[in-house]
Amino acid sequence: MKALLVLEDGTVFEGKSFTGQGEIGGEVIFNTGMTGYQEVLTDPSYLGQIVCMTYPHIGNYGVNEEDVESEKIQVNAFVVKECVKKPSNWRASKSLPQYLKEQKVLGLEGIDTRALTRHIRIHGAMRAMISTEDLNPKSLQEKAQKLPPMQGQALAYKVSCKQPYLFENKPVPVSFTQFKWQNKGLPLVVFDFGVKWSILRLLQTYGFEVLVVPATTTFEQVKQLNPKAVFLSNGPGDPEPLTDIIATTQKIIEHYPTAGICLGHQILGLALGGKCYKLKFGHHALNHPVKELATGHIEISSQNHGFCVDISKLDFLEVTHINLNDNTLEGFKHKSKPIMAVQHHPEAGPGPHDCQTFFARFYDLVANH
Amino acid sequence: MPKRTDLKKILVIGSGPIVIGQACEFDYSGTQAIKALKEEGYEVVLINSNPATIMTDPALADATYIEPIVPEIIAKIIAQEKPDALLPTLGGQTALNVSVALAEEGILEKYNVELIGASLEAIKKAESREEFKAAMAKIGLKVPKSGIARSLEDVIRLAEEIPFPIIVRPAFTLGGTGGGIAYNLEELKHIASQGLKASLKQEVMLEESVLHWKEFELEVMRDKKDNCVIICSIENLDPMGVHTGDSITVAPAQTLSDKEYQKMRDAAFAIMREIGVETGGSNVQFAINPQNGEMVVIEMNPRVSRSSALASKATGFPIAKIAAKLAVGYTLDEIPNDITKETVASFEPTIDYCVVKIPRFTFEKFPGSKDELNTAMKSVGETMAIGRTFKEALQKGFRSLEIGLAGFEDIETPPDIEELKSLIRNPNSKRLLYLKQALKVISQEEIYQLTGIDPWFLDQIQELIDLEEKLKTLSWEEFKANKELFQQAKAFGFSDKQLGKIFNLPEKEVRLARQKQELKPTYYLVDTCAAEFEAYTPYFYSTYEPGKEVAPLKEKKVVILGGGPNRIGQGIEFDYCCVHAAFALQEMGVKAIMVNSNPETVSTDYDTSDRLYFEPLTFEDVLNIIEFEQPDGVIVQFGGQTPLNLALSLLEAGVPILGTSPLSIDQAEDRELFKQLLNKLKLKQPANATAFSKEEALKIAEKIGYPVVVRPSYVLGGRAMEIVYDSEDLENYFQQAIWASPDHPILIDKFLENAIEIDVDALSDGEDTYIGGIMEHIEEAGVHSGDSACVLPPHTLSPELIAEIERQTKLLSQELKVVGLMNIQFAVKDKEVFILEVNPRASRTVPFVSKATGIPLAKLATKVMLGQKLKDLLPSTIHKPNYFAVKEAVLPFNRFPGVDVILGPEMRSTGEVMGIDANVGLAYLKSQLAAGQNLPLKGNVFISVNDKDKPMAVLPARIFQELGFKIIATRGTGRFLQEAGIPVEIVNKVYEGRPNAIDYIKNGQIDLLINTSSGKKTVQDSSSLRQTALLYGIPYTTTISAAKAMALAIKERLNADLQIKSLQEYYKQRGIN
Repeated sequence: MKALLVLEDGTVFEGKSFTGQGEIGGEVIFNTGMTGYQEVLTDPSYLGQIVCMTYPHIGNYGVNEEDVESEKIQVNAFVVKECVKKPSNWRASKSLPQYLKEQKVLGLEGIDTRALTRHIRIHGAMRAMISTEDLNPKSLQEKAQKLPPMQGQALAYKVSCKQPYLFENKPVPVSFTQFKWQNKGLPLVVFDFGVKWSILRLLQTYGFEVLVVPATTTFEQVKQLNPKAVFLSNGPGDPEPLTDIIATTQKIIEHYPTAGICLGHQILGLALGGKCYKLKFGHHALNHPVKELATGHIEISSQNHGFCVDISKLDFLEVTHINLNDNTLEGFKHKSKPIMAVQHHPEAGPGPHDCQTFFARFYDLVANH
Repeated sequence: MPKRTDLKKILVIGSGPIVIGQACEFDYSGTQAIKALKEEGYEVVLINSNPATIMTDPALADATYIEPIVPEIIAKIIAQEKPDALLPTLGGQTALNVSVALAEEGILEKYNVELIGASLEAIKKAESREEFKAAMAKIGLKVPKSGIARSLEDVIRLAEEIPFPIIVRPAFTLGGTGGGIAYNLEELKHIASQGLKASLKQEVMLEESVLHWKEFELEVMRDKKDNCVIICSIENLDPMGVHTGDSITVAPAQTLSDKEYQKMRDAAFAIMREIGVETGGSNVQFAINPQNGEMVVIEMNPRVSRSSALASKATGFPIAKIAAKLAVGYTLDEIPNDITKETVASFEPTIDYCVVKIPRFTFEKFPGSKDELNTAMKSVGETMAIGRTFKEALQKGFRSLEIGLAGFEDIETPPDIEELKSLIRNPNSKRLLYLKQALKVISQEEIYQLTGIDPWFLDQIQELIDLEEKLKTLSWEEFKANKELFQQAKAFGFSDKQLGKIFNLPEKEVRLARQKQELKPTYYLVDTCAAEFEAYTPYFYSTYEPGKEVAPLKEKKVVILGGGPNRIGQGIEFDYCCVHAAFALQEMGVKAIMVNSNPETVSTDYDTSDRLYFEPLTFEDVLNIIEFEQPDGVIVQFGGQTPLNLALSLLEAGVPILGTSPLSIDQAEDRELFKQLLNKLKLKQPANATAFSKEEALKIAEKIGYPVVVRPSYVLGGRAMEIVYDSEDLENYFQQAIWASPDHPILIDKFLENAIEIDVDALSDGEDTYIGGIMEHIEEAGVHSGDSACVLPPHTLSPELIAEIERQTKLLSQELKVVGLMNIQFAVKDKEVFILEVNPRASRTVPFVSKATGIPLAKLATKVMLGQKLKDLLPSTIHKPNYFAVKEAVLPFNRFPGVDVILGPEMRSTGEVMGIDANVGLAYLKSQLAAGQNLPLKGNVFISVNDKDKPMAVLPARIFQELGFKIIATRGTGRFLQEAGIPVEIVNKVYEGRPNAIDYIKNGQIDLLINTSSGKKTVQDSSSLRQTALLYGIPYTTTISAAKAMALAIKERLNADLQIKSLQEYYKQRGIN
C-alpha cells in the first residue's frame, strides 16, 4: 500500500506500508545498528519517534519472545528499505510485519533510507508524518509542523510505570506499602523513566535486588523503602522539563549512592547543576567508541540519545567517559560522593557487551559505601 | 602511546606466487602495510618472489628482494639488512609458515629480530589444531569433536570415537589442501593419507562434521591496550562443508539476531585474547546449529586473510593498513579514520548495503577433475558486488563473474528432478544456478533439507524468480511502459542484457527504453558508517534509488577499466597494470577513476585511485559510469580481455578510448586481417588455414604438414587446443566431441617443432617504439606462453636474431599505430623468425619485464596514451643488465587430483615467480626454488621420455652424470642413453612389474623426475608416475628443454652459492633510479 513520509521541511519520501493503513507523526531519527531491531522497537526511549533503520534488510530473523526491552512496541512508526516477511531463525516466533500489525504500529518499506539518513544528518532530526491515507505532501508537511517538537517534551512521565514493580523477567506489580526487600541482593530503587528490561536483568545479575518505581515517586517514598542505592533509568524525551524529578534527584543524591544511564545520566547532570543541549541528529547506533579516561580503554557502545549534558563548569565532577566520534560526554562521577552515570547503554540490548563493567562498578560503589 | 621508536627497519614477507587459496589479496594487504610503515618513517625491507605484485614495485619498499621465500634465502637477507623486526602476518600462510621456520631455526634470535604483529606462541597456538582445541576448551567455547592423527593407524583409532561424516583437515597447509569429508572408513583412509602428505607436519585433524550448519566469519582487530573491534561479519550462503573460499558469502551476517551476534562477538574477542594476538587482525570462523543455535568455533587465522581483504572492501575499513600500525605500537584510538576524517579507527563499521562475494572456478581447464566442492579450496578468483539489497548484489555478482551470464540467469537445459536434487545436494561450481531451477520445481523445505542453505537466502532467490516469472508473462511494450515495474526490475539487479534475454531484444534497445523512462543508477558511498558522518571516501557502488549523493569529478579525469575476477590467464598481472595507470595519471595531475569488481586487488583499494567504482565490468555498468562521469578518456588496454571485450561497443557509443584504437586490436585478433597485415609487411607466420569440416581439416593438415596445432575458433583461451602429429591423432581430436562446421570452423596452424618461443613487450608513442623486454622461453613453442618459463634477456639468441626481432616489433607497432603497450609472440626455428601472435595491449609479462628491467612499462604506457613522448620519459642511457631474470609459472595441479601435470597449449598456471641472479643457471634455479621445486644437488635423476625426445635427453643426462648424479631410466630411454655412453640403472615402468618407478619414488630413491610424453597413448601410461611425483613433492619436469635448464642450473649452483641482491641494487648498475 502506497505511503508517504513527509518531513517538516517538505522533503517527501515515497514507500509502501507493510502493515496496512494508517497515519502517524513523530520525530524521525535513524539507527545504524545492523541487528537488534526488536530491541529498538520495544525500547521506551524511542517513545513517539519514527525510527528509520539504515541497514536495508530488516526482519531477517523475525521476532521472538525474549528479545524485548519492554512490554510493547514503543516507536510510532518503523521505516526500512526492505522488510523481510519470512523470518529465518530458530528462535523466531513471528514475522516482523505480524508483530507490528498486532500492535498497530505502522511499518514503512521501500524508502531510500540512505537518502533519508543523509537528510537528517545534514539538516538535523526533524518531525515527520507518515500516511497511507493522506497522500498530499503539502498537507502532511503542515501536520508535521504542528507536531510538538521533541525539545521540551516530558515523555518520561508518560512512559513510566504507574505502580512499583518487581522484575521477574517481566514486571510483577507490588504496592509501596506492602513491599519488603527479600535479601536477594543490595536493595536498589530504580526510577522508571522508560527503563529497558536489559538494565533490570543486568542489575539483578550483578547483585542488586531491584524495585522499580514510578517517575513521580517522591524522596520521602524512597526513604521509606530504605534502599541501599538508587538508579535513574533511561527514557525518552527532553530531560529539562522533568523539573520534579530533577528536584527529587537532588535530594536523593545527598543520601544514597546513585547511578544513571542515558536520561538518568542527563537528569543527574542537571541535578548537579549541568546544562542540557540537543544534538543535531542524536546518537542511535551500536558502534560508537567510548573511551574510559581512567584506563584509556575503548569500549564499543550502544547509543540512543538525542540530548547531551554539559558539565564542563562543574569542577566537583570528573568526566569518566567520552565519545571518540565527537568527543561528547559519555559518563561522569562525583569526585567525593557516590554518584556515577553514563550516557550510553552498558546494558546493550541491542549492541555490544563491552561496557557491562558499569554494573560491576556501580555494585562496588554501593557495596563499599 | 604512539609508535615504537626502538624499531627502525622492518622486514615484510610477501605471500609469493598466486596459487589457489593465496591470491592477490596479499598483495593488497602487503602494499597497504608497506605504505603504512613507510608513512610512519620506518625503513622497510620486502621479500616476495612474485614480480607481478604492486608490493614489489621498487618505489614502495626501501629494499625489495624478489627472491624465493625460503628460510635459507631470508636468513641471508636478514644477515645483510639487519632488520629490527619481522612482520609475518601480511603474507598469508606462506609468510606465517616461513616466519615460524625462521624463529624455530634460531635465525631471528641470532640476528636479534623481533616478531611483531603476532608472537611465535600465538601463531603456533592458532595453527596447531591440538593447541587450538585446548585453548578453546579453556575459555569455554565448543569445537567439533576431533582428534589429531599423525599416521593412518591414528586415523583408524579416532574413527571409532568420532561419528561419520568426518572432516579431514591437514595442519599447516594452504586453503585446506588435502582435506575432505569422509562418509565411510575407506574414504576416510584415502583422504587422510592425502592430508598427511600435504601437511608440513604430517598432521591431520579428524573432526566431527558440522555439515550444513550455518557458517559465519568475524574479522577482529586488537591493539596492545586490549581494545578489540569487529570490522565485519560475514555469513556464508553455502553452509558448512564447502571451503569458505569456495562459498558464496554475504556481508554483513543476515540471519543472526543481536543476542546471537553479540554472543559470537564476545567469543571472537575471547579467542583473540586466549590465542594471544596482541596487535593486528584475525579471522575467526564459527558454525551455528540452525536447529538450536549451538555455536562451535571452526578456526582462527592470526593474520590478515582473504576474508579480511573482502571485509576491507566490503566496509571501507583498511584492515591491513591498521594492522601494520597496530604492530608498531599504535592503539586504535590513535589512528584516524581516513573515511570520516573526524572519527578514529576504534569503532565498528556499519554498512547500509549488502555485499555478495561469488567465487570463480576453472574446472573446465582441468578435465579429469570433478566439479565438486568440499573443504579444499578450488576457486581461482572471486568477484564482489555491492547492492542495496542481497538480490541486487547477487545479480550484480553473477554478471561480474564473466562466465557468460548477464545476471542470476536460468540454466539453459534444466536437468530432470532427480539429477537436479543431486546437483544441489553435492556442492559444485554451478550449484546456485541449479538451485534457482530447483526452486521452481521442488519445495523450499526439501531444498533446505538437501542443501542446508538458509531459508532466508532461498526466499530472497524466490523473490527474484517471482519477479522474473512475472516479467515473462508481459510483452515488451507492457513492460517498458510500466515504469514502476521497470524500476523494480532494476532495483532487483536485472541487467539490461538480462531483460533483453527475457524479452528477446538486444541489450541496447532495453538501454534506450530505460533511459527514456529516466531510469538511471545512482552512486552511493561505501563509508563505514551508514551515512552517519560525512565521508570522504571516493568509493562508490551503483544502485537504483532516488537519492543523489555524488557529483561527477570536475577536474581532468580518466577512467581505467580493471580486469574483473581473477581467472587462469587473467590475474594480478593486469591489476598491476591498472594500478600503474592510476599512479601515472596522478603523477600527471589527472584524476584516476578505477572500475573493477575484484575485491582481492590493489586496484580496488580506494586509496589507489581518486575514485573507485566497485562495479561489474559489463557494457551497461561501465557505460553508466562513463555517462555519469564524462571522463576525458578511458583506458581499456590494461585490464586484460575483460575491458577489451567492451572496447568496440564503447567506441561505438562514442566513448573516448585512449591509446591504440580498438580497431587495431581487432585487426590483430582477426585471423584474416592479420594475415593480410603480415603479408603487407613481408613478415612470416606459420602456415595456417581454417577448416569447416573434418575432411577439410585432414586435407589442410596434409598440405601444411604435420605436426599441426588445431583449435576450435569459437572457444577462447587456448581451450581444446591440441598439437597433433598425424592423421590418426587428428581423427581422434574430432572424436572428442570437437566438430567442425560452417558455424564452428577449426583453425589449423603449422606447429613449429622444437622452435624457440620469444615474447616481446614493447611500448610505443605512435612515433618511437621502445623494446621493453625480449623473453626467451625455456619450454619450446607449443607450451602456452603463460605456463612456460622464460629468460630475460634472451640467453641463446644471436645479436642478429635479436636485431631482427626488434625490427619486426617496430614494424608491427608502426603498422598497427600502437600507442601504449604491445606484446608479440615469436617463434624462432632454424634461425628464421615467425610471428605467432600480436596483441596491441598489456600482456601478462608486463610486470615481470618491468621488474626485471627497472622500466615501469605500464606507467609509461599510460603517459604516452595521454600524449607524452617516450624520448622525454625514458632514461637517456640504460646499461645492459649484468644479470638474468627468469620467470617461472606456478601450476595448481596439487588442487586437482587426477589431472595430468603435463604442459600444453592450454594455460593452467595461476601465478608466477621470478628468479634473478648473475647468470641464467642460478636465476633459473631460484625461479624453481621460488615455485616450490627445490632442485637436488646430488642423488638420483629419473628419466623417461618419448621417442621423439630421446636424442635430446642425452645432453641433460650427460650433464647430470658428470655432476655426480645417478641416472635411473625406464627401459627404452635407458637403452638409448646407454648407447650414448651414459651409465643408467633400468627400472620397470608401472605396468612392467615390481619394483617399478613409482616404488622408487615412494621409497625416496628419486630426487628429480624427467618425464615427457606426447600423444594420447603415452600420456595415459606415464600419468600415474607424474601424479606420484607431485604427491611426494619431488621436483619434476615434463619437457626436455626444462630438464636441460635444470641440469645447467644445478651445475652453476654446484659452483657458486645463491646470492641475494635487492632490485634497487640491480637497477643502480643499469643507471636507473
